[in-house]
Order: sequence, then C-alpha cells, then structure tokens
Amino acid sequence: MITFDYTIRDELGIHARPAGMLAKIAKSFDSDITITKGEKTVGAAKLMALMGLGVKCGDTITVTVNGGNEDAAAEGIKSFLENNL
Amino acid sequence: MVRYKGKGVYGAVAVGKVSVFRRRDVEVKRVRVEDTEPELARLEEAKEKAVAQLKQIYEKALKEVGEANARIFEIHMMMIEDDDYNEAITEMIRGQSVNAAYAVAVTADNFAEMFSSMDDSYMQARAADVRDISNRIIACMNGSENNRSVCDEKVIICADDLAPSETVSLDKDKVMAFVTAHGSSNSHTAILARNMNIPAIIGLGEEFLTQIRDGATAVADGFTGELILDPDEKILAEYRQKQKEESEKKALLHELKGKENVTVDGKRIGIFANIGSIDNIGAVLVNDAGGIGLFRSEFLYLEKSDYPTEEEQFKIYKRALESMAPKKVIIRTLDIGADKKADYFDLHKEENPALGLRAIRLCLSRPEIFKVQLRALYRASVYGRLGIMFPMITSVSEVEEIFALCAQVRKELDANNVEYSENIELGIMIETPAAALISDKLAPMVDFFSVGTNDLTQYTLACDRQNPDIDRFCDTHHEAILRLIEMSAKNAHANGAWIGICGELAADTSLTETFLRMGIDELSVSPAFVLKVRDAVRKTDLSK
Repeated sequence: MITFDYTIRDELGIHARPAGMLAKIAKSFDSDITITKGEKTVGAAKLMALMGLGVKCGDTITVTVNGGNEDAAAEGIKSFLENNL
Repeated sequence: MVRYKGKGVYGAVAVGKVSVFRRRDVEVKRVRVEDTEPELARLEEAKEKAVAQLKQIYEKALKEVGEANARIFEIHMMMIEDDDYNEAITEMIRGQSVNAAYAVAVTADNFAEMFSSMDDSYMQARAADVRDISNRIIACMNGSENNRSVCDEKVIICADDLAPSETVSLDKDKVMAFVTAHGSSNSHTAILARNMNIPAIIGLGEEFLTQIRDGATAVADGFTGELILDPDEKILAEYRQKQKEESEKKALLHELKGKENVTVDGKRIGIFANIGSIDNIGAVLVNDAGGIGLFRSEFLYLEKSDYPTEEEQFKIYKRALESMAPKKVIIRTLDIGADKKADYFDLHKEENPALGLRAIRLCLSRPEIFKVQLRALYRASVYGRLGIMFPMITSVSEVEEIFALCAQVRKELDANNVEYSENIELGIMIETPAAALISDKLAPMVDFFSVGTNDLTQYTLACDRQNPDIDRFCDTHHEAILRLIEMSAKNAHANGAWIGICGELAADTSLTETFLRMGIDELSVSPAFVLKVRDAVRKTDLSK
C-alpha cells in the first residue's frame, strides 16, 4: 500500500472537469485507489463521489493505492495532481 | 406591450416570434414489475443510446464552441457510466422490483440532492447536470427522439432554464435568441451561448413564464437584458433598424466562415490570429482563425507587480492550448523592454530603448527568469499543439544559447518525471534586418520563421515607430522590407522550415497577393481581420 498527501492549489478545487480526468486516469490502473478528505473516503475512479467530496483550494487530500502495480499508479496520480490541481 | 428585465449574457438584438421550449413530459410513474431482467436490459439499452447522443452533441460542441467548453459533455458521458450512480439504479430495480425509468428518476433526485446540499455554488449547479443526463436516459427508454426544431422560421426560444446539452442541441439556424426565466451567468449554458454567438437573456423571472406564449412577437435585447413582449410599432421599427445594421456587419462573417483560405487557382495559406490575452480566445474561435500565430506573453508580466510564477504561467498556457486544441498555438516568449516595461524588472534608463536591452536580450541576460517561462511552456505542451517563438533575434549564437537553455529545462523536467511534448515547434521572429540577411544560416536551426513587420520596418528604415513627424518617411511597403521578407521565405523553404508573418502588414490586403507569390505559409492577424484577409485570398488569382 502506498499513501501520500496532496494539497490542492487550483482555485476551483476538484471541479467537474478535473474530477472527470482524475476518474479516467484512476480507472486506467489496476490498483484500488481511494481519495480521503477529512472523514470521507471515496474511490478515485468514481466521478460523482469524487465531486461529492467537495475538495476546495487549500484542502489536503490523502491518496491511497492498494494492489496491482502500486508504484506506477501512485506516480501517475501524483503527476496528474501536480499538473492539474 | 410588457417589458421584462433580466441579464444579457450575449450582446446582440433579436426581433421575432416566440417559441416556448417545453420538455417532453418526463413524468415517471412507479410500476411494480415481476421480472426485473427486462428492466435492467432496458436500462442498458437506454444508457447506450444516451451516450451515443452525447457523443454527437460533444462533436457538435467541439466544432461550435471549442474543446474546453465541449468537455462538459464528456463529463456527462462519464456520469452515465459512474459506478455509484449505476449501482444505485440497478439495486433499486432489483431490490424494489420497480421499472427502470422510475429507478433512474429517483436516483437522479438523490444525487442532485447531494450536490444541491453542498456548500459551494459551483457544486450546487452540478445538480442540473445529474438531472440532465437522467432525463436523457429516461427519454431514451420512452423512445422519444430529440427533435426540437419544429418551426420553419427563426424564433426566440423561451424556457424556464436550458441544460447545456439542450443549448447545444438547438438547431442554430432556427434560433435567433434564447431567453430563460432562471439560470446564472456562470452556468455552462450561458458560457455556451456566448461562444455560439446567440443573443441570450437569463433570469427574466417566473412572471415572464406565465405570460409568454407561442407565436407572440417579442424583442430580445442582449445588450440591456430586456425582453419586450408585444412591442408597439415604434419600438419594433427602432429595433428592426438596429438589427439590420448588425446583420450587415455579420453578413461577411457568415459568408466566409468555414471557408478555406484558397486562391482562385488553388493555392492555400494559413490564416491565424494574434492575441494579447487569454480573454481573446473567444474572438479567435468566432472569427474562424486556423490557430494562434502570435500569443503575446507580455500581459502575464505587465499586469503584475512581481514576476509571474511558473504555476501562474503554466495555467494560462494550458488553458490557451486546451481551448484551441487541436489547432496550433504559437506563444512568443517575453518581449519586454523598449516601450513595454514593468517596474519590478528594475531596468536601467536607456538612451535608445528600441536598440537596448529588450526581448530575447533581456531573457538571455537573466536566464533565471527566462527558464521559469520555458518550464511553464514545456509543461503546458502536453495539452495541445504548441509552438514557441523567440523575439528580436540577430545572430546564430543567440539561437544556440536559447536552445541550450531549452535543453537544460528539458533535462530538469526529465529528472523530475514531468511530461512534455516531443513535438513542440521552435521558431524565431524575423524582425531585424540582420536576421533576414542571415536567414540561410538560421533556417536550418528552426522549425519556422515569423516575420514581425512592425519592428522590421522600424529597424530597416531607421524610423522610430512612435514618432508621428516621420510618418511620410516610414513607407511600410518599402521595397527593402519586401525583399527582406522574400529572402527569408526562400531560405526558410530551402531548409524545410515554414514562414509566417505576424506583424500589422499581414492584415494589409493590398499585399496579400505579394505574400502569396513569395510563398508565405501563414498570415497571423487580429481576430477581427481574419475573414477580411480570407476574402482577399479567395479573390486572388496567381495564374494571371
């Protein structure tokens, strides 16, 4: 299992478009990937749940990667976050 | 005559008959079913249809409003495939033995409720997206096709509100305006309306909905946000006149939009647009430019009180590339100094600023600032088709120095596993006589040349651009300038590079034929001139 934190810098937070892109990327890996904000944890491949988290600029999220090629998945999600959010 | 006041989201005037936009009644009844399997099959079939429809809408939006605005429909497709949404529907069908349409309607309400109760207004507005996709699925189950355009003449569409997919699906040839009782100016629908150039008014209120009726005459003034129902003769005449003037202006635009930039004898040329801010991209798309031939990056620096960060720049470049994709965007690196200055650069006062520390000279003197911009550009390059061009080149060694810095930046990005495109085109501006004269040496180093005619004129004719007293000596059609451009074009083509012109001369239609004969590959002009130049190209016959 790989876990890392990321603080959102995008002014709009995880709004519809990046949520869609994130879900798409998360789906492309064979690992189970979740995003946690505060008490709530959702699957990163689930678009609506991801939007429902209401992640805003300045919020810190925790990404957890389980199973499959964990390194590749964690790296992929990390670089997506850094470039888009 | 009654007047209603709303908010205009796109400035234009429409006078005509009203057509009230009514949704098919998506009244859904709860029906108990014995066998749930056929319901699940119906759901799958309807979802497939809905996604297929959205794909078409996406393609239409892509053409009409650009990729960034079309992406909402990609999100809609993904929402339909969302695991949680689907699980909720199928579990309800199975667990409660109910019909698929009912399960979709209830699930839509639940998810819409989740978004409505969130504390930020952006997410609250997403409730409309969930309802929109769910209604589409239900409509697909009922077998009702999406054929809205029932009128033979252009009408003013009136609705309580319009979903983005409804806005894009409207047959633009039949819609002269749309006006709604609700909606916010930040909704996707308002954004789409602006991009589609349809006069639009939102927020006219409930009262308006009860009074409006099919076939009534109305005036929609997108400038003032006013809707006048049953206008009297005087108002009608006034607005018809206004409209006539407007349509004459637009006639040329409509005639030439979507047409190729090709001469009578079949020679093609690219016509791109120059922009100085990200806000001009709408104008670029409206005027049907083939791409952006000059994106002046100075505004990023001039509007600030300190150096813009890599992140700030990256976001702007990314947005420009995404909005224009798959069309090309050529970004010119910082061209500051001379008449354009920012205090925080702390530049010395110069006797001859036009001949001083400006543009690439400043960047090469302060590589730490230059590299921030290069990094932001390389990072953004994966989001579209990027070209980078460097201003004020006079020598081969400058280009070598620039490329060494680019190589450093690439290496640093590689070390951090940051992606960038391998297909970035690198070019230089030909705006000094020196660059034109050694264009045979420069051409093999680059992918393209872009001629900056304003500076090329100033430097070739030794004429200060800002001094009105010497206007009569400053002949922009001077043979010396045309020879320098022709020489650069020959050398570019001999070395497999292409050449464009991005200065004011590019929009001078008395020279269009001259440029075509020189073999210029691209002209980049202000968005408003794109179609004027296209008109000139299409009237040119090089065989004569």
